Amino acid sequence: MSDSPSATTDNLSASTDQVMGRGFRLLGRGMSEQRFLFTISVVGSVVYGAMTVADAWVLGWATDHVIRPSFEKGEMVKGALAVSVLLFMTVAILRALGVIARRLIGGIVYYRLVADYRRRVTRRYLALPMSWHHKHPTGQLLSNANADVEAAWAVFMPLPMAIGVIAMLVAAVVAMLLADVVLTVVGLVVFPALFGINVFYQRWLSPKVSHAQSLRGDVSAVAHESFDGALVIKSLGREADETARFARHAEALRDANIAVGRIRSIFDPLLEALPNLAVLAVILIGIDRVASGAAAPGDVVQVAYLFTVVAFPVRAIGWVLGELPRSVVGWDRVRTVLDATGEMPYGSRELDGAGPARLRLEDVRFEYEAGTEVLSGVDLDLEPGRVVAVVGATGAGKSTLTSLLTRLVDPVSGRVLVDEVDVRDLTHGSLAEHVAVVPQSTFLFDDSVRENVTLGADVPDDGVWAALRAVQADGFVSALPRGLDTQLGERGTTLSGGQRQRLALARALVRRPRLLVMDDATSAVDPEVEQRILAALAEHTADEDGPSVLVVAYRKATIALADEVVFLDDGRIADRGTHAELIGRSADYRLLVDAYDQAREAGDLA
Amino acid sequence: MTTKTEERVVDPLDAQEARSARLTGLEIIKRGLALSPAIKDGIGVTLLLAMLSTVGGTVVPIVIQVAIDAGLGEGGHTDRGEVHLWVGIALALIAVTAVCAYAMRVRLFVASERGLTQMRVQAFRHVHDLSMLTQNAERRGVLVSRVTSDIDQVSLFLQFTGIMIVVSVGQMIVATIVMAYYSWQLTIVVLVCFLPLAVSMKWFAERLSQAYDTVRRTVGEMLAVIAEPVVGASVVRSHAIEARTQRRVDHGIDANLQANVSAQRLVAVTFASAGVAGGLANAGVVIAGVALGVAGGLSMGTVIAFAFLVGLFVGPVQIATQVLTEAQNAIASWRRVIDLLDTPADVVDPGSSAPPLPDGVLGARFDHVTFAYPGGPDVLRDVDVEIAPRQRVAVVGETGSGKTTFAKLLTRLMDPVTGTVSLGGSDISTVSFDELRRHVLMVPQEGFLFDATLRENLLYGKADADDAALLAVVDGLGLSDWFATLPRGLDTRVGQRGESLSAGERQLVALLRSALADPDFLVLDEATSAVDPQTELRATRALERLLEGRTSVTIAHRLSTAENSDRVLVFDAGRLVEDGTHAELVDAGGVYARLHASWVAQSRLDH
Repeated sequence: MSDSPSATTDNLSASTDQVMGRGFRLLGRGMSEQRFLFTISVVGSVVYGAMTVADAWVLGWATDHVIRPSFEKGEMVKGALAVSVLLFMTVAILRALGVIARRLIGGIVYYRLVADYRRRVTRRYLALPMSWHHKHPTGQLLSNANADVEAAWAVFMPLPMAIGVIAMLVAAVVAMLLADVVLTVVGLVVFPALFGINVFYQRWLSPKVSHAQSLRGDVSAVAHESFDGALVIKSLGREADETARFARHAEALRDANIAVGRIRSIFDPLLEALPNLAVLAVILIGIDRVASGAAAPGDVVQVAYLFTVVAFPVRAIGWVLGELPRSVVGWDRVRTVLDATGEMPYGSRELDGAGPARLRLEDVRFEYEAGTEVLSGVDLDLEPGRVVAVVGATGAGKSTLTSLLTRLVDPVSGRVLVDEVDVRDLTHGSLAEHVAVVPQSTFLFDDSVRENVTLGADVPDDGVWAALRAVQADGFVSALPRGLDTQLGERGTTLSGGQRQRLALARALVRRPRLLVMDDATSAVDPEVEQRILAALAEHTADEDGPSVLVVAYRKATIALADEVVFLDDGRIADRGTHAELIGRSADYRLLVDAYDQAREAGDLA
Repeated sequence: MTTKTEERVVDPLDAQEARSARLTGLEIIKRGLALSPAIKDGIGVTLLLAMLSTVGGTVVPIVIQVAIDAGLGEGGHTDRGEVHLWVGIALALIAVTAVCAYAMRVRLFVASERGLTQMRVQAFRHVHDLSMLTQNAERRGVLVSRVTSDIDQVSLFLQFTGIMIVVSVGQMIVATIVMAYYSWQLTIVVLVCFLPLAVSMKWFAERLSQAYDTVRRTVGEMLAVIAEPVVGASVVRSHAIEARTQRRVDHGIDANLQANVSAQRLVAVTFASAGVAGGLANAGVVIAGVALGVAGGLSMGTVIAFAFLVGLFVGPVQIATQVLTEAQNAIASWRRVIDLLDTPADVVDPGSSAPPLPDGVLGARFDHVTFAYPGGPDVLRDVDVEIAPRQRVAVVGETGSGKTTFAKLLTRLMDPVTGTVSLGGSDISTVSFDELRRHVLMVPQEGFLFDATLRENLLYGKADADDAALLAVVDGLGLSDWFATLPRGLDTRVGQRGESLSAGERQLVALLRSALADPDFLVLDEATSAVDPQTELRATRALERLLEGRTSVTIAHRLSTAENSDRVLVFDAGRLVEDGTHAELVDAGGVYARLHASWVAQSRLDH
């Protein structure tokens, strides 16, 4: 099976046969994974198909053995009547059981496959290293776990019915042969025609449906973008132009939907008319066959009735074939995640120290792509209980440096040591317990404030409140409608950027790490509040009951709280010392941290 | 714009939803059709065609009856002439039916798509006309779904579910008429067999709709937790909470699986019970038919024709529950779109007939202005201030002090509850939007860019500017050296939300765009997040040039900005508490002096 990551509908239509082949292999995989339930659903579907044919046979039998004799004799043929009623009811109940097995069990097969593959995909997401995540857009990964998994198995919804229909068609032809050979000819013409038209219909329709679907995505993207930029649009008075832009996309979608509609409009009535025409043909031929004594009236009734009950289910085969290309595309996308390799191997050592930790970097080099070094030989020593600020221009490698400490990425060469132990030798749990990184942007879980701070760790509410107080977040949290129990996230209360950052800080502090790493983690917090947070933090650290702190900073106030400043320039440590020392001896450093002041002076001159 | 922990105010859309909650499904459909009249184009003919297209199915049982009674049943001497005549009639009717069904469907697709596209575009425009979009970022996702998936739901309903209902009901009515014509007694037998199902249908539909509500809820919850290992990938790794995250994800997936299976159970049972009712009806027809026939009231052909007519009932009943659920969803979607369209725009454009503003650089005046969100407390209280032309004003205050509201009122993103805001002596609520925007421009905190080229993004400032004009503005703001670093110049694609550029560069583009718009009154919301200092320096210089010769009001987050202004307005708890130059306010020893002191304390660390 190909593992091409971007199998689009375009290159699919180029090799339809290949797609069908891969589609059938996909069917095989799903069937074998849900072997037991799938078998039950197919048995149910075959029972349903057989009983549908049996229904027509019972009507034919009743015609010849109950209705006609009764009318001829002028009195009810009681025994046969009772048998026919029994037959009608038995067939109806068996058919109902078949339907339930087919629809319910068949549905369970589909839902289980989807749930199972969602679990597998999300497990890969959790196992794959950050370097893999960085290479894949968020939207794509979310759609791999959701829409693509559903698309891959969607074909399993109509599949049991389609298999049952094949059984039903075989049974129907057999029933016709038993009734009358000549009448069977009508079936042999009509069934393949029904089948062929359905296949042709789906083949013609599905690219048009995919096209409409992609235009629907465009309409949604334009609406998202336009509403996000509402303030710009409003203040520039561009509402009319934006509406025109949206209308262009909406109209393209409208035309695509109408094109789909035109095809449906041709085929749906045609597929409804065909069985009716077959019934007329059966009657025309049937009167001759009955007149010549070759067939009984009941045979004609039975064959005619067969066409009316078989016509609709036959469509299921078309649905399966129409769904197959979409399923193959979905499956290919799911496969790229499942087949992705690379794990982050963790060591087996545990750190057992207490109090602030020591951090050392030894000749650390890092590159995201070969040949473009982001860090080129960084040596750094952070003594326990110190606060060190990392300062540098955009792209100097500051964030990368922080990523190395919790092993979101590993250096290409060199070592990162916590308390003189290489972080790669530590267990994942031990590393996370001792080192906490607060990133630039905060991710909140769809959960309560409490759970967002503890992340499942067993921390009493007192501890949670203490952490919130330390980051000046106790005020707004207690003002929330349900305090610590307030739901956050997409469907809960929304917090401002500064509030989110403070929760992230509390999340790090509540775990009492021995090394705290902050990557511009207070950028959205009011400067005054930031000062209070950092001052309290530095105080704790100085008293030896807080962590060692490594902080990436822009603001002078943040830098000022550090015992030492590391000036990072183009992936190297250009200088280090106190803020005053660096201001005194490094022109580049001065330029960087004084940029705001310089801008102000420039303004005064203008 | 960052959102604050606002008071629980009444959202106008929520208010509209509360008002419309009393409308019934039919009233919603009526209102929906009134709002997009194109759907009704030729609806009479379409419905007539729909009725005609139900005939084809019922003619077949009639031919069966004729053929059997014309001799097929007796197994000999058939009156072929009559059978041929009826087969011919049936052939013609089936052909007519197919043609009618084709015409009906095409008309329906075209009319509904046209009408709904109209509605989609209207709703989109209306969203831009409502001020809530600029106030409430959380609502954006909801608003997007109103112009996308909600309309799609309505379209599915009109084109599939709706027509299925019309055709199925039509087919059942025609079948009932034909049955009643043949034998009222047998008709009663058939109807009685379907009666239990018809009675329980409402119950099934309600259960199904509940089941699907649960499915939808679990889908929402599942999508949220599935996002965690992706969007929160680094947090999960940093805190080593993979196992916990996987448990949450598994739980979400399992809850969704259970909900789907429960719903599927109901679907399967309703579907199957229609089949049982069909079998019951067939048995009933044979018993009653034979009894009646023996008594001489009925022909053999009629009894068999009834079996075919019963078939016309089974299909519609099988899909009825599903159709009812889908219809409920579609009407709920339709209601949401209608609610949006029926929410009145709170800021109304007086139109182009309004008198124009005087030429030249304008000043502004707030005359005892008070503002509150509906149902909320005062956000701005009795603000009375005049800003002279070409004055450079900085607005300072803590989060929630009312400084952003002040800026929004100045650009008429909202209207005051009492008092007036005037520009060049005219009340801005009497100035047309076009005119107002020619003069006043708000530059938001984050330079929002569209996923297009740099050129297209700049043209948002002035649609008819040529490349020479764009480059002149680049030069005018002193950004030529930066522009030279762009790989493809004006054709550089900026990416989604401008992500291919740095935050600082996005601000530069926003400034260029504003310079092209060339307003004489600028309202700026200063960026709070730090960007790379070199770009920051560039932006500050560019801004300096942009402000030259214009009136400006800047929501200042940095005191250096306030220090460089002609005048500082200090807001506290919705009131204008201090007003003066930087030096005056530092001496005054009030709120501003306090803010300034902490700033000085920080900068002193330089030396």
